[in-house]
Order: sequence, then structure tokens, then C-alpha cells
Amino acid sequence: MKQKHLATIATYVFLCVVCLFSVFPFYFMIVGSTNLSVDIVKGRLFFGTHLIENFKTLASTVKLGNAFWNSLRNALANTVASLFVCSLAGYGFQIYRDKGKDTLMGLLLLSMMVPFAALMVPLFRMFSQARLLDTTAGFILPTISTAFLIFFFRQSAESFPMETVQAARVDGLGELGIFFRIFVPIMAPTFSAAAIVTFMSAWNNYLWPLIIMQSQESQTMPLLITGLTAGYTTDYGILMLSVTITTLPTLILFFTQQKRFVEGVLGSVK
Amino acid sequence: MAKTTLTKKINLYGWLFVIPAALFIFVLNFYPMVSAFLLSLQTGRGNNLKFAGLKNYARLFQDEMFLTSVGNVITYLVIQVPVMLTLALILASILNDPKLKGKGIFRTLIFLPCATSLVSSAMIFKSFFSIDGIANTTLMGLGVLQSPMSWLTHPVWAKFVIILTITWRWTGYNTVFYLAGLQNIDRSVYEAARIDGASASRQFFSITIPLLKPVILLTTIMSTNGTLQLFDEVRNITNGGPGIATLSISQYIYNLSFMYNPQFGYAAAVSYAILVMVAVLSFIQIKVGDKR
Repeated sequence: MKQKHLATIATYVFLCVVCLFSVFPFYFMIVGSTNLSVDIVKGRLFFGTHLIENFKTLASTVKLGNAFWNSLRNALANTVASLFVCSLAGYGFQIYRDKGKDTLMGLLLLSMMVPFAALMVPLFRMFSQARLLDTTAGFILPTISTAFLIFFFRQSAESFPMETVQAARVDGLGELGIFFRIFVPIMAPTFSAAAIVTFMSAWNNYLWPLIIMQSQESQTMPLLITGLTAGYTTDYGILMLSVTITTLPTLILFFTQQKRFVEGVLGSVK
Repeated sequence: MAKTTLTKKINLYGWLFVIPAALFIFVLNFYPMVSAFLLSLQTGRGNNLKFAGLKNYARLFQDEMFLTSVGNVITYLVIQVPVMLTLALILASILNDPKLKGKGIFRTLIFLPCATSLVSSAMIFKSFFSIDGIANTTLMGLGVLQSPMSWLTHPVWAKFVIILTITWRWTGYNTVFYLAGLQNIDRSVYEAARIDGASASRQFFSITIPLLKPVILLTTIMSTNGTLQLFDEVRNITNGGPGIATLSISQYIYNLSFMYNPQFGYAAAVSYAILVMVAVLSFIQIKVGDKR
């Protein structure tokens, strides 16, 4: 019995250590944004009073508002476009299921195995020829349709009763009407889970924007952050502030929508 | 007659629903994949390319930078993936215990790193391990180090920092998958094992692992793919340095294409190397996973 107690205590200690490890970087980032670089370097781990000063320095060194707006616009556009295209497809693959569509779905799933590194050179050449560099369209096009999301919506549509579809047809509702007026409202939780993961990955996307968002005007938040460390000396105060500003929207989404977030991450794996 | 036209019409709608998404994937995934292959058969600088057959592929085997980057990525892979997945598996089975108190808080905190971007996590860990960072300050304060350690310019320690960053960012993510898998296992299986006197570790190895096999396979494939494509962390923590000691394959492709004088043809050949590695490793993992 005593041994069992020890094991229980050890489990809690282990969990606490892991949680501490998990949370500490966030604490460091937030505290760091309120301290001056010299103090961060000295190892100061308490809240300071230099948040506003850091903000002023950051805002005067880089185009903060512009980058934040670019990130927000690109991520929202990506989310809306992805949800529209992929939910239609997922619904189509399930509700109008036949041999041909199953084969096509299988083919599309293969795209999940293609590493982005194998696509970036040809995509860059295509997009520069099409004059899509530095544009929102250029940012979102490669990630609008993903096999992951299509499959996620297809699996969700499996629980959507066929009788509902048939009843709606008898009532004279068109095929698109059934989708928009019945499927979308009923599946709202699925849509919000998909929206959260799509938004987060678009917001955090780095490699593709690094390639095509070349001008200062089209810079997104992750690019702005990495630009801050390009000089000889790094101002850790403003670096941590920019990291905090970039992480805040996704952190809020995570805390308020954790259940949906987990559903989205899991996708069709259940 | 009326019925068949109706079915036809409905069927047509089905295709209308799926075609836009399929077109996007064909044009922006499959087509560039094929054109990357055609590109890989050409050499030259910038857009001044000419056909060269398999020369680029022959060059791969003599290219020290390429071979080093493959070695680096394999090092990350064989160390990081097993450590992370084991940790995630242990955490998930602890969190799945119905008697655990404060489960919600522990779970939230363990998942928390998923809420940040790879770039942000790279920057935070880079700050920790910079020459005047908190790692050195703490270790010197504790007397472990006499003078500041230059973590990021040391070929082995730089890899350690990268591995630590990836582990921090992705352990919680994988725990999500294992926890979902565990919740599908009927609790009575564990009850029965407990009545039979099976210890916690015995239950873990004889029930949890075999029943989670499909999820373990999935996470292994995802992590392997992710590591083979590693880019954000390496570029932002060490930029491939010192020298090329931490360079990843993706970063090498990026450098070949977008730094200095672009060599698109050769970069495409390197990218096909990743594609082949992803395919081969996934295939092996599926085969091994099936047998066990």
C-alpha cells in the first residue's frame, strides 16, 4: 500500500515537471516582453515595467500593424476558402458516394505524402510567372484544398443521415440548398473545429510566405519575428514582445476552443 | 425514365461538389510534383536551364552538403521521434487514468505548446540557449558550468537544442492522438487485468501498446514526415550552422533555390530525394506495423 502511495506521488511529480517544462517558455516569452534586453540577458524572470517602451521600439523598427493585418487577412481568407472548398468536397464524396468518387478520394489522399519541399521550387516558378508573389491569393492558393480537411469533412458527413437528404429532396430543396441550409448548420461544430486548425496553420505558416512574400509590405508576423534577429545584436525585449503578439491570437483560440481544437487536430482519426 | 434522369442529375451535382477541391490538388500538388521531376532532369543557373538527364541525381551522391543534411535529418529522426513518442505515450496513459485528479488542467498544459508557431518556439529556445541566455546563467549559477557555453555554435549541442525545441512543440500534439486512442479502449479490459494481478507496467506493455498500434503507426509516420521536412526550427535556431552541422534537407533545398544563384534543377533533384525517403520510410513503417 505504501508503495502504491509513492507511485502516485511520483506520477504527480512527473506530471508537474512536464507541465512546468511545457509552460515555462510561454512564461518566459510574456515576462520577456515586459523587460529590457539587458535584464533578460541577466536572467530576470519577473514582470518588468518596460512593456510600453518595448512596444514603442518594436513599432518604430518594423511595420507591426501592417504585418499583423497581413497575417490576419491571409489567415482568414485561407480559412474561409478552405472551409468552403473542402466541406463541399467532403460532403460530395460521402453523400454522392460511388466507385469513381472513392477512387478520386484515394488519389487525393496520396497528396498528403508529398513533402512541401518537393513542391516549393515549381510552385514558386508558377506563382512568379502568374504574378502572384506578394499577394493574398498567392499565400492561400497552395493550402486552400487539403486532403486532410476533405477527409475530415467526409468522415463527419458519414454521421449525417441520408434520410434527411432524401426528405429535403422530396420537399423540393435543391442539392446546394440541402448542403447550405441543412448540412452546414447541423455540422457547425465540425466547421468550427476545421476553422480553428486551418486558421492556426495559416497564421503560423512560415516556409511558403518566406518564399513568396518578398516585399516589406506583404510581410507576415512570422517573417517579421525572424527579421528581428537578422542584425548583429538581438534586442530580446522586442523579440519576445513580437513572439507574444504573434502567439496571443492562437493562444486565445486554444484556451477558448480547446475541445474544438482537439477535434480539429485529430481530424478524421477517431 | 424520370427516375434515371433525376439520379443522373443528382450524380452530376456530386461531381460538381468534389471537382473544385480536386482541381486545386491536381494543379497545386500533383502538377508541380511532376514538373519538379522534369526540372530535376535539367541543370543551369536561374531560369537558364538545359536537359541533363540523370546528372543531378549522380551529383547527389558526391555532394557533401547533401549527404551531411541527410545525415543530420536522420540523426534528428532516430533520436527525437522515439523519445517524443514514448513520452507522449506515457503522458497519455497517465492522463487516461480515471482516478487522476486535476486531469483537465494537466491536459491543457501538456497540449499548450501546440498553440504556438514553430517560428515562435524556435525563437524562445534560441533565446534560452544564446551565449548570454538563461540556460548559461542558470547552469553557471548552479556551478555546473564555469564559463558560458556556446550551445548554438557547437555541432552536437546545437543539434540537442533543435531536438529539444521539436520535442517541446510536438509531444503534447502526439499525446492528443494517444489519448483519443486510449479512450476507445474499453475500461473493462484494464479492470480484468487488474483483477488478474497485472502490474501497471504490465498493463501498459500488454494492453495499451498492442491496442494503440494503429495510432502509434500513424503518429510515427506523421513525425517521420515532419522531421524529414524540418525547416522552420533549423533555419531560425542555427541557420544550419555551425558550418553545415545542423543543416536540414529542406533548408538545403531552400538555400539552393532562393539564396545566391538559384540552381532550380539540382534543388528539384534534392527534393525528390526527400520524396523518395518519405515514401520508403512510410512503406517500411506500414509493413513493420502490420507484422507486429
